[in-house]
Parts: sequence; C-alpha cells; structure tokens
Amino acid sequence: MSVHEELHTIIALVEDKPGVLTRVAGLFRRRGFNIRSLAVGHSEQPGLSRMTFVVEGDEYTVDQCTKQLDKLIDVVKVSNITDEDVVARELALIKVRTTMETRSQIIEIVRLFRAKTVDVGAQSLVIETTGEEDKINALLDLLQPFGILEVMRTGLVAMVRGKSDAQVSDNFGISYLGNGRSRVAATEIGSY
Amino acid sequence: MELPRELTGAEIVCESLLQEGVEYVFGIPGGAVLPFYWAMPKYPELRHILVRHEQAAAMAADGYARATGRVGVCTATSGPGATNLATGIAAAQMDSVPMVAITGQVPRAAIGRDAFQETDVTGMTLPITKHNYLVMDVKDIAPAIKEAFHIANTGRPGPVLVDIPKDVLLGARTHFVWPEEVSLPGYNPPGAADTEQIAKAAALIAGAQRPVILAGHGVIISRAFEELQELAERAQIPVITTLLGLSSFPTDHILNVGMPGMHGMAYASLAIDQADLLISLGMRFDDRVTGRLADFAPNAKIVHFDIDASEFSKNVKVDVPVLGDLKQALRQLLPHIQRTVRMEWLQRIDTMRAEHPSLLIRDTHELLPQYVMQQLSEVTNGEALVVTGVGQHQMWAAQHYHFKEANTWVTSGGLGTMGFEVPAALGAKLGRPDKTVWSVAGDGGFQMTMCDLATAVENNIDVKFAILNNGTLGMVRQLQDLFYDTGFVATIYSGNPDFVKLADAYGILGIRVTDKAQVAGAIQKAMDTPGPVIVDFIVKQDEHVFPMIPAGESVNEMLEEPIPERVI
Repeated sequence: MSVHEELHTIIALVEDKPGVLTRVAGLFRRRGFNIRSLAVGHSEQPGLSRMTFVVEGDEYTVDQCTKQLDKLIDVVKVSNITDEDVVARELALIKVRTTMETRSQIIEIVRLFRAKTVDVGAQSLVIETTGEEDKINALLDLLQPFGILEVMRTGLVAMVRGKSDAQVSDNFGISYLGNGRSRVAATEIGSY
Repeated sequence: MELPRELTGAEIVCESLLQEGVEYVFGIPGGAVLPFYWAMPKYPELRHILVRHEQAAAMAADGYARATGRVGVCTATSGPGATNLATGIAAAQMDSVPMVAITGQVPRAAIGRDAFQETDVTGMTLPITKHNYLVMDVKDIAPAIKEAFHIANTGRPGPVLVDIPKDVLLGARTHFVWPEEVSLPGYNPPGAADTEQIAKAAALIAGAQRPVILAGHGVIISRAFEELQELAERAQIPVITTLLGLSSFPTDHILNVGMPGMHGMAYASLAIDQADLLISLGMRFDDRVTGRLADFAPNAKIVHFDIDASEFSKNVKVDVPVLGDLKQALRQLLPHIQRTVRMEWLQRIDTMRAEHPSLLIRDTHELLPQYVMQQLSEVTNGEALVVTGVGQHQMWAAQHYHFKEANTWVTSGGLGTMGFEVPAALGAKLGRPDKTVWSVAGDGGFQMTMCDLATAVENNIDVKFAILNNGTLGMVRQLQDLFYDTGFVATIYSGNPDFVKLADAYGILGIRVTDKAQVAGAIQKAMDTPGPVIVDFIVKQDEHVFPMIPAGESVNEMLEEPIPERVI
C-alpha cells in the first residue's frame, strides 16, 4: 500500500452543539485532510457525540489532523486508534436488480454473508449487511454481475476492545502532547 | 452575581463587557446591532470609539490587545459590517491576538431567508476565529461572552466572535447572571510543562556547542521577557527574534543577533544554518523564517516550547517539544541551566556579522527609507511603540528600529495586512497612553485605511503617522523587479493625494520631508506637537529591501547588497 493510501481511524468525542459538524468538516477541508468516511452518533454521555473518521494520509497528516481536531473548542477528546485492537463495523444497504432467475442466487449469497434481505420488490431486493469494510466490498463484488441499483454505506464506526472499566476508547494517542503522557485517564476531560 | 431587575440582551452584553473590564469598544452601528448602541449610554464606563470602516474597528481592537495584553473588543452590524471586520479578525487569528468581536445579526425569524444585511457570519468566520458563537437565547448571552473572553485570552490567544440576532438583543428580558466559571470540557489550555520534557530540553542545552534561541511572539504574549534574558545570559546563548518576536529582547543586547529569514539579517540566518541546537520559544516556523524546509537548520536539533501542540512538527520536525505556558516553562527550565562561557560560537557569529553587515546604510544625498527608520529609532531613543502594516516599510522598521523596551512593536505578521498600521496604532495608543506611538506606513497601505484619521482627530488620539512615500507598492515592485520579466505592472501610484494637504483637511499638522537634513527635525517636531501628526517622507523610489532570501529558497540563495564604500 502506498503512503498516500494509508488509512487511519480516529475517534473524537464532541459536544452536541449546532455547527460542530461544520467545524470539523471545515477543518478537514481547509487543512487538506482527506476523509474516507465519517460516522456520527450519540455517545454514552448525554450532550456528547462520538465521531469515527477514517482518514487517508501519511503519519504527518494524521498527526496534524488529530492535533488540529483537538484544538476545536467543541471537540472534547481525540484519539488515533489505528494501532489499537479495535472492533470496527460498517452498515450498508444494497439495492440489487433481480429477475425470477437470479433471485435465488442472490438470496444464497446473502445467506453466505450472513446479511439480511430487508425489502423484496418485483425487480429488486434491498440487502442489509454489517461488517468490516472488506466484507462489504466482497459482498458488493459478488452482487455486481446482477446489477447494483443503489448503495448506501454508513462509514466505519470503531471501538477499542476491552478496557471497559474506567477506560473509554478516547484515551489513546495523546503522546504528541510531548508531555510524557501517552494515555490520559478517563476521568480527565479535555486535552486541548 | 445577579442584578435585581431584568435586562434586555443588549444591556446584558454591556454588563458582561464591564465584568470583563473592557474599557473600549471599537465599532460602527447599523440596523441589527442598534439595540447594543441603545444600551450603551447607560454604561458610560464603556467607551465606544466610532471608526470610519469596520476593518479599522477590528484592527484597532487588535492594536489595543497587542499593546496591553488585554482582550480587544470590536463591534459591527450584520452583513457588510461583519464582513468588513473579517480582515482584521483574520489578522488577529494569524498573529494569536486576543479579541472579541460582537456582531448584530438579523432577527431569528429572518435568519436563513436572505434578509436585508444578512450574512452567515459564524459560518464565514469559522476558519478565521479561535471559536465563535451564534447566541439564539437571551439567557445564553452572558455565558457566551464569558466563554468568549476566556477562550480569547487563554492558551494560544485568538479572536472569538459572538453573533447576536437583533431580537435576542432587544426582545426577551432576563436576569443578568454572570457565571462564576466557564464550562468548556473540550478546552483546557496547558499550564506548567512536563518535567520530563524540561529535563530533556535542559540536557540538549547543556550539550550544545552552537545553540541559538529563536524568540517569537509567544515570549511577548506570555510576558516571558525576564526569563528569556536570564536563559540567554546564563547560558550565553545568542538570541534571534522573529518578526513578531521583535521587542521581546533588547535590540542592542550583546546577545541579540537580530531577525532571521526572508528579510532578516544575513548573520542571523547563517547562525541558524550553523547552529547545532535551536531553542524555539513561542514561534511557529513560518515559511518567511525557514525558507526551504529541507535546508533549514540542517545541523540542529530543535527544542520547541509552545502552548499549541499542533505547532510541534507542523513545519519542522521537532526533537523535544515542551508544551505549556512559556513563562512558566522557562521558570521550570532555568534551575537546570548552568552558567556557560561560549566564546568560540559568539565570536563566530561576530565574524559573520562583520562579513555580512546587513544593516549598513550607504551614504548618499538621496533620502533613503532605511535612513528614515534609523533616524526614527535615534530620535525616539528606541522607546516609542512602533506600529506597521506589511511591506517594505515594515521590513525597514524591523531592521533599523532598536527596541529598548519590551512589547513596543505591533505589526501585521502572519496575515500581512496593508493598512493595519493606521487603526492598530489608534488602538495601541488608547491602550498605552503613556507611550509615544508611531504608525509607520507606506503610501500604499496608508491609503487603505487613512479614512480613520478622522477617528484619531475626533478622539484626539495622539499617534504620529510616518509615511515612507515612494509613490509605489514598493514590496510588490521589488518582487516584480527581481522575479517577473514583464517589468512593472500596476505598482505605480501616480494619483496619490498631497498628504500634507490631507493633514490640513483633517485639521492636523502635516510635514513633508524631502531632504535627509530635515528628517530628525521633522520627527522631533511631530513629537513636540500634541495630537496626531502626519510626516510625509518622500523617499527614493525603487529601493529594495535586502538581504533577501527568495520565497521557497534557503540561506544559500540569499541576495545581499554589496557592502557600501561609505556608510552613514
């Protein structure tokens, strides 16, 4: 994989305030960071949302990206979890063309992938699948010959495995602060 | 604290500003912000300075903030008022200046409907503010302003904009409750530095043979003058000051090596080139300092003190980052610093200084702009507060003014804003009434903001305006001369007004200087005359600023003037 295609997973805990998504998106645009995917949703704490970014770029880019994100006032914590042991999932809805002849073949593929058929129409099926990016890509490859009419993917959401007691996944990757701390306790809010 | 009576949003804005100790608000009223102006007469302690263009409001607030270290405040109405503020806000963002801008917005119901004078001001200022607010409820005004001041003036300072719809300013009333604390879980500016990093920095300093200190704006912002001087003197480390770091260390101090980079002194850039350690204090390795990154300080390890972690290794790979407030961090560092004698390195720098005398001014009958700046420095005894915009005048002032006192230099560095020098000087003078304030301009920049001479006259703000008038956009012309082969395009100002008559039109003294012999006398006369004065120095056209490291090149490609045979 070339340097430019290196992918990094970054998680940010952000305040649920109007404009926070614009601030984040604007930052990525003006500093020239490329987002492969972005997923946002509520976190376990009221008033806070968690964002998962998949960012393209080299080590410098991801270093600057996390630091600049951390400077945004509405961003409470940022972590680069690329090198952590994580659970990462994406959800996709795929509408695929069907005929009398192909329907059973498609349903067989869906079954093999442990995906779900969530809508059956006269000329199409809607398939729901979750998994890592590779699995979804593989499913799409297999469905391609039948004719894919529409794809909707959520982008990756990721979480560090284990460490449930007093450690949340935003506690990683603060070493750039140059203050000798590579990890910040969960109780400590904010890292500027 | 809580007041018994319910207040309108506009009154709450005023109460909040007083809570923050605001003296001056620079601005121009307009439809959406009028409720704020309606409330002002009830708060006479809050002095409003009416400017002539909103960019002057932001730049005056900027000048005030840099000169005092306190938050500068400006205000404007929605739409064009706010967009006019933008240049001044961007300048404050680039140079880390604490500022709060309060803008009126169209009423809530009209937002998003392309109402008269509506602009998405928070959207527009997103990339040029440290943070901004659109306050949609009267109860949120006091907390927003409290947070705005806190964010503006802590950590790495910067501008914060608070946009308030007209009906929030005037409609619902509420009790004024000044929050005791701010609640910003995502914002914790660093304080003391990590002891491990301090120890690493101290070890590198102890082991260095050819260290230099690069002192930036951070030294001034954190008021670390004494600590810097102590560090330099104790370890005998030469000090190089960036453009924004000028006046953080006395120009005539034996360890001061001057300014590096594009138009810095050759020996300062050479010292960086030969150094084995850079101790960078509150500076950000701007491209004007570094030139081509691959060739910058090739022999040096870098210790970087900064309060903004994103500056570490942003442009230049840093070996030891030290995160924290500079003053505190240097106090932590000093006990680890041994007294050192460093004859060889200092002598080597002296030799470079002798071989590359970047600041010599050739002896000629012509009126050279460099000579004017040198005379300004002498006549004011290096004790004036000097304010500049961007361009040749700025570089000549930076090169030839010998600063004696800390924090007496206000310049538009990062954004490089022409016209900054006029309004910023007004703000600086209001903030530091004890100081003689000289606004140094070119004829190009001066004409961008000279409408605010009216503000100086109206409020009797005692600023002396020096115009280095060469009838051109000098720096642009220099670039065209050196790097563009189609000759000069759009750089001659043939329709300039008579600046002495202009002074007369404003009812202030104007002096024209065309001869070298008149320079010192004119400067003295300006200072002896109370109130604003314009001194129009008709200087030699097509004088270039040297040395020069062309953009994107290195110290090896530096252009220098031949050493003149006779010098002043």
